[in-house]
Amino acid sequence: MKDDITREERVDNLKGMGCSRKRVEDARFTQGKGNYVDDVKLDGMLFGDFVRSPYAHARITNIDTAAALEVPGVLAVLTAADLEPLGLHWMPTLAGDKQMVLADGKVLFQGQEVAFVVAEDRYAAADGIELVEVEYEELPVIVDPFEALNSDVVLREDLVAEDGSIPDGAHGPRKHPNHIFTWDAGDKEPTEEVIANAEIVAEETMYYHRTHPCPLETCGCVASMDKVNGKLTLWGTFQAPHAIRTVVSLISGIEEHNIRVISPDIGGGFGNKVGAYPGYVCSVVASIVTGKPVKWIEDRMDNLMTTAFARDYHMTGKISATPEGKITGLHCHVTADHGGFDACADPTKFPAGFMNICTGSYDIPTAYLEVDGVYTNKAPGGVSYRCSFRVTEAVYFIERMIEVLAIKLNMDAAELRRINFIKKEQFPYTAALGWEYDSGDYHTAWDKALKTVDYDGLRAEQAQRVVDFKAGKTRKLMGIGLSFFTEIVGAGPVKNCDILGLGMFDSCEIRIHPTGSAIARLGTISQGQGHATTFAQILASEIGLPADSITIEEGDTDTAPYGLGTYGSRSTPVAGAATAMAGRKIRTKAQMIAAYLLEVHDNDVEFDVDRFVVKGASEKFKTMKEIAFAAYNQAIPGLEPGLEAVSYYDPPNMTYPFGAYVCVMDIDVDTGVPEIRRFYALDDCGTRINPMIIEGQVHGGLTEALAVALGQEIAYDDMGNCKTGTLMDFFLPTAWEVPNYETDFTVTPSPHHPIGAKGVGESPHVGGVPCFSNAVQDAFRPFGNIHTNMPHDHWRIWKTANELGLHG
Amino acid sequence: MIPAEFEYYRPKDMAGVLSLLEEHGDDARVMAGGHSLIPMMKLRMADVPHLIDLQDVGGLSNIEINSDSIHIGALVTQSDIVEHAGLADVAPILREAALQIADPQVRYMGTIGGNVANGDPGNDMPGLMQCLDAVFTVAGADGERQIPARDFYEAAYMTAREDDEVLTSVTIAHPQGGYAYEKQKRKIGDYATAAAAVQITKEGGTCVSASIAMTNLSDTPVYSEAAGAALVGTSLNDAALSAAIAAMWGDIDPTEDNRGPIAFKNHVAGVILRRALERAWSRA
Ligand SMILES: Cc1cc2nc3c(=O)[nH]c(=O)nc-3n(C[C@H](O)[C@H](O)[C@H](O)COP(=O)(O)OP(=O)(O)OC[C@H]3O[C@@H](n4cnc5c(N)ncnc54)[C@H](O)[C@@H]3O)c2cc1C
Repeated sequence: MKDDITREERVDNLKGMGCSRKRVEDARFTQGKGNYVDDVKLDGMLFGDFVRSPYAHARITNIDTAAALEVPGVLAVLTAADLEPLGLHWMPTLAGDKQMVLADGKVLFQGQEVAFVVAEDRYAAADGIELVEVEYEELPVIVDPFEALNSDVVLREDLVAEDGSIPDGAHGPRKHPNHIFTWDAGDKEPTEEVIANAEIVAEETMYYHRTHPCPLETCGCVASMDKVNGKLTLWGTFQAPHAIRTVVSLISGIEEHNIRVISPDIGGGFGNKVGAYPGYVCSVVASIVTGKPVKWIEDRMDNLMTTAFARDYHMTGKISATPEGKITGLHCHVTADHGGFDACADPTKFPAGFMNICTGSYDIPTAYLEVDGVYTNKAPGGVSYRCSFRVTEAVYFIERMIEVLAIKLNMDAAELRRINFIKKEQFPYTAALGWEYDSGDYHTAWDKALKTVDYDGLRAEQAQRVVDFKAGKTRKLMGIGLSFFTEIVGAGPVKNCDILGLGMFDSCEIRIHPTGSAIARLGTISQGQGHATTFAQILASEIGLPADSITIEEGDTDTAPYGLGTYGSRSTPVAGAATAMAGRKIRTKAQMIAAYLLEVHDNDVEFDVDRFVVKGASEKFKTMKEIAFAAYNQAIPGLEPGLEAVSYYDPPNMTYPFGAYVCVMDIDVDTGVPEIRRFYALDDCGTRINPMIIEGQVHGGLTEALAVALGQEIAYDDMGNCKTGTLMDFFLPTAWEVPNYETDFTVTPSPHHPIGAKGVGESPHVGGVPCFSNAVQDAFRPFGNIHTNMPHDHWRIWKTANELGLHG
Repeated sequence: MIPAEFEYYRPKDMAGVLSLLEEHGDDARVMAGGHSLIPMMKLRMADVPHLIDLQDVGGLSNIEINSDSIHIGALVTQSDIVEHAGLADVAPILREAALQIADPQVRYMGTIGGNVANGDPGNDMPGLMQCLDAVFTVAGADGERQIPARDFYEAAYMTAREDDEVLTSVTIAHPQGGYAYEKQKRKIGDYATAAAAVQITKEGGTCVSASIAMTNLSDTPVYSEAAGAALVGTSLNDAALSAAIAAMWGDIDPTEDNRGPIAFKNHVAGVILRRALERAWSRA
């Protein structure tokens, strides 16, 4: 066989792991040729939209749909009364609670779905909505979880027994009608004892405000019930299409083989598209009722006000240390505001997600975490916005506590981190709250980061700035934000991770075509992460066929193997592992075919980039392309024809990406305007599959971190009115507000992952939020600031300056 | 975010516009760039059964620079103002202000006529026009009349223009001296937390005239005559600046919103005005 290219060229031709292969998705996205759910247009398709509650808490005394039904084009108006006979007026949530699909006698948050108007087009639906007459009787509104736990106002009457007693919830005993669960981790008494006896204790209370993932594409679906063959097809913005299929089957009674769920192109998810929403249920019912396809698409206000918010954690921390700064104990209590229904998207056994990663990157011997979930009159949700389950909250908490402790110790916060890092030789490391960190090399990353930014030089400049400020020479302060984070991603091992009883494995199925190209299908679904690009790269390296000859397909439950979807940075750690494992199965069979073709024993050939060669005689080889053809045209004794493989991968552990971030910020104390001068991000995500995509993920995650830290919030007034329901007030940064990011890396492969990869999509958000926040807070540290809550928008920064007396 | 049903008209001349306005009265509204009106219609906060698009009406898109005045047609866009070859030479504040409105996409559509006629306290052009002592020309069934910008604004979305009148042009005298348009906002595309338009002249080191208007700090733009007066005859030293700011505070009346509470807005208004004055003075 003629082979006149070098080995290096053969490697390059594959475009396998480690190369910055251009995104194959971009050709269609940049030409406006994507296929999103709103692009799905079917014959006779109807459009459904919601009548929503203007009140945050009210009883519904009457719903009159007659006038709406008169509107030309309006075909039906569904209310809870219509869904009740089907048992669909309520639905289970992912958190073990149940949620009204349409208001059943009362509403619990502003924007709650009250009735579903089905019409020939969206204009008629909108006109119909205006004419549905709902009579409300207003009830007292509770928007504060602490008030909720002390109030006589019962939000969820359905969760109180007739005798007034409070039945247990999905996560054990409840101590008040508005209480959802108490969940804890670690050792309570020993932690309290360590802290009580410690020489140095720092305490802080912080509120991690409610915000929203706000993907550019809102949520939506098209439901099409084919009454002839009994099949339901459901297109939608689903981050977990298979889980949605199972949920739809369980709640509708339609057998699962008769349901096909398709996630087409998705315009960002960030956790917002994990849950099941009333719109999906109503669309399915409406399609069954009318016999026609029904589309439902949220507008921006619907999206911001009603589908899955994130965060809303009130956190109180105590951290103890020796006078030299060695941390001895950590205590954390969280009051978690879950809104009107508990619709958090977490693995079943973790009602507060992985908040118990809150000991962070530090070797803390004793720790205790307790979380109380509470109902309020706010929208339900509690999803992980660009982070693994509640990891953003955990990392924000510990990275703030470190800073607060540094102030107490009068110590440099970088040094305090350094002396408390888990050391390289301690891995695998079991943290006080239970997780086993697989790998890490924190000191190397930290030293590299501090050296690159010239940390000492920055501190000297900052000290001079303080002098100048006090002398009246400048009105700008300088803040140096530090953050060192450890993520916990890749949920997860089936032994402790499931959603609605579905183990959180993932899958890949590969078919090699006779001419040496391939299709691989996965149980995940890209929402912009570039799976079609990177998974093909994993396979290219594993099976020796060019990435350009490998199609990656996701999102169609009729064709893709079962998987739990994409969120929590799980695609590469779990489905990426399945891809490598399936590739290895292909390779094993390919080896046998090669040996047969080369007339040697199986063990006498070895894999080399894109071929099997006879050991010690590299001129004798069969390329994978040749082997693929042979699989379909040779009768090989003892081998079935074809070349296909499938792998279901149950990860042995989570992966633990980490990183070191530094932000330099100038703050105008008179206007409260922050200016980000520099942002340095070092990420260690283990083996790097595509550096360009990693960089893009880091830029995106940091930008969302900037948004959350500096202004992005879902805020309510005392009446439960959402004050930030449009992009005028909900801060979505533009290119103008975003600084240049400097990215860097170290590589500490995961020891248990087949290719050593750890996941990176969420790291920059998790590490970025505390970094931006710490920069703001650090600027005010020389003037006595210990902690101020996010979001650090202009007026809150100004308020901090004002309260510290900086306005003269 | 779906507007109620409406009839759409696209008349070719002003007579056509005026007759439609006469025919449909309150039920009709003109539309220029649509970038304020269409969002309001989508939110169903504006109910416009008869929408009259001005885009095909001739003669409303010119910028004329005469020897002592500038004449800007109502359909001139913010982008036209930014791009115009000679305008920035005679009235640089117009470009400086226009560039601080929204983003290029909005500026390609949004017109000066729509911006000043809208009556939204958040719009930047009304305060600017008060600073420049502009005069608006409106056309109605009985012909044209002139309304000074400083007399035009009555309350939020309430102006001296009658419902059946159309604003056709804006006229301003060549501005003199130094200028500045200073605006604080939360992000690109946001309305002002506080904004100040300043035009100032000096002779020797002394201020001869100062015109000051503030934006989004009341339910109308605020032309602060007192603030300007506090500067005349001074060298814009610290005491004079403080006096002007104090006078401006007497004229504004901000309310609390998501941008922040009243104390913050007052403070920022002072800072922004001080910066605008310093910059204008340095250019005078
Ligand atoms: C995202 C975004 C950000 C923005 N940010 C800013 C900002 O920072 N600062 C700012 O100033 N503006 C801002 N705007 C508004 C923008 O500048 C508008 O385009 C402008 O205010 C209105 O101009 P228009 O031509 O679009 O008017 P339209 O929307 O067409 O009309 C607005 C109102 O004026 C009336 N009208 C229009 N033309 C006439 C006329 N000739 N005679 C009588 N009545 C008339 C209409 O009937 C309507 O009531 C923003 C808009 C958007 C969408």
